[in-house]
Amino acid sequence: MIRSEILREIAPILHDNLVVCNIGLPSQELHMIDDNAKNFYMLGTMGLSSSIGLGLALAQDKTVISIDGDGSVLTNLGTLPTIANNVADNYILLIIDNGSYGSTGDQPTYAGMKTKLENVAKACGCENVVVCQDVDTGKTLQAAIDSKQMTIIVSKCDSGNIKLPVITMDPVVIRDRFMKAVAS
Amino acid sequence: MDISKKIVDDLVANDVSFITTVPCKQLAGVIDEVEARPEIFHIPSNKEDEGMGLCAGAFMGGKRPAIIMQNTAIGVTINTLATLTQYYRMPLPMLISYRGELREPVACQVEMAVHTKALLNQLNIPTYHFHKESDADELDAILKYTFMCNKPVAILTDASFWGGYGDQ
Repeated sequence: MIRSEILREIAPILHDNLVVCNIGLPSQELHMIDDNAKNFYMLGTMGLSSSIGLGLALAQDKTVISIDGDGSVLTNLGTLPTIANNVADNYILLIIDNGSYGSTGDQPTYAGMKTKLENVAKACGCENVVVCQDVDTGKTLQAAIDSKQMTIIVSKCDSGNIKLPVITMDPVVIRDRFMKAVAS
Repeated sequence: MDISKKIVDDLVANDVSFITTVPCKQLAGVIDEVEARPEIFHIPSNKEDEGMGLCAGAFMGGKRPAIIMQNTAIGVTINTLATLTQYYRMPLPMLISYRGELREPVACQVEMAVHTKALLNQLNIPTYHFHKESDADELDAILKYTFMCNKPVAILTDASFWGGYGDQ
């Protein structure tokens, strides 16, 4: 499976939760599959999906799922020790690990070579790190939500993209409707 | 009154309850005070752009955030300030140690000091420079301004403000 197929499959699970979605194609795909107020689309700032999600989870009680990519986590590798040492049991970091920088033309990442992000996360002190195959992402994500424990999921999938348009929503509109959904 | 305590009192009085820090020698006292206050969730970050991501999330979760960092961080965070904090119109008080100013013992710090105000100006970030202890009397108003207009605001605090570096 490629990332957009995973997102399509897990969309019904995401739908009931607050989602912070990574820049580029992941946000464009989620926007196309199930646009709703509980999705925060990143239009820029590569690497910060996990940080924004953690800050949000620490600030309120609803479950927060950060959708990130292997390339973006590598961009902001300092996020993993911060997550490990500031446990928020309403927080799930879903790393869709296709071993490539999808939005920029599928250049390979180091996560697709020697570096295993699940091992990095564990070495940083993250306690619940689950590796799954693409087809098992939905049940793994649901189990993480049900466990009510902070969980890092690394979902291994194929690289590849679908063509779709950029998000033209105004960022303040995205942020405002998201904050209303958070507060509701 | 101890200046670090006064600064954190103003933060607490303005309902700032989520603070991320990247340390600086000049800011050690204020960071200790942040850590000591039960009203504040203190989350050290490893890099300042990561910290701004945490603050963005906390703001959307209903908390008032702040970041405490060195001026060298302006070089690290320009993209985050432009494409996250400013683009989504979020408030962020930035309490910044202004290294490389008068009484600075480390020459390399001057290299970013000479760019600091120019970069903040280029980003249209409202900037306040605390040089004397009495300058901190404006902090309460600066914080109210930040959360009124939903913008990042820079508060540069130089070595003279903090009373120098001790023995030199």
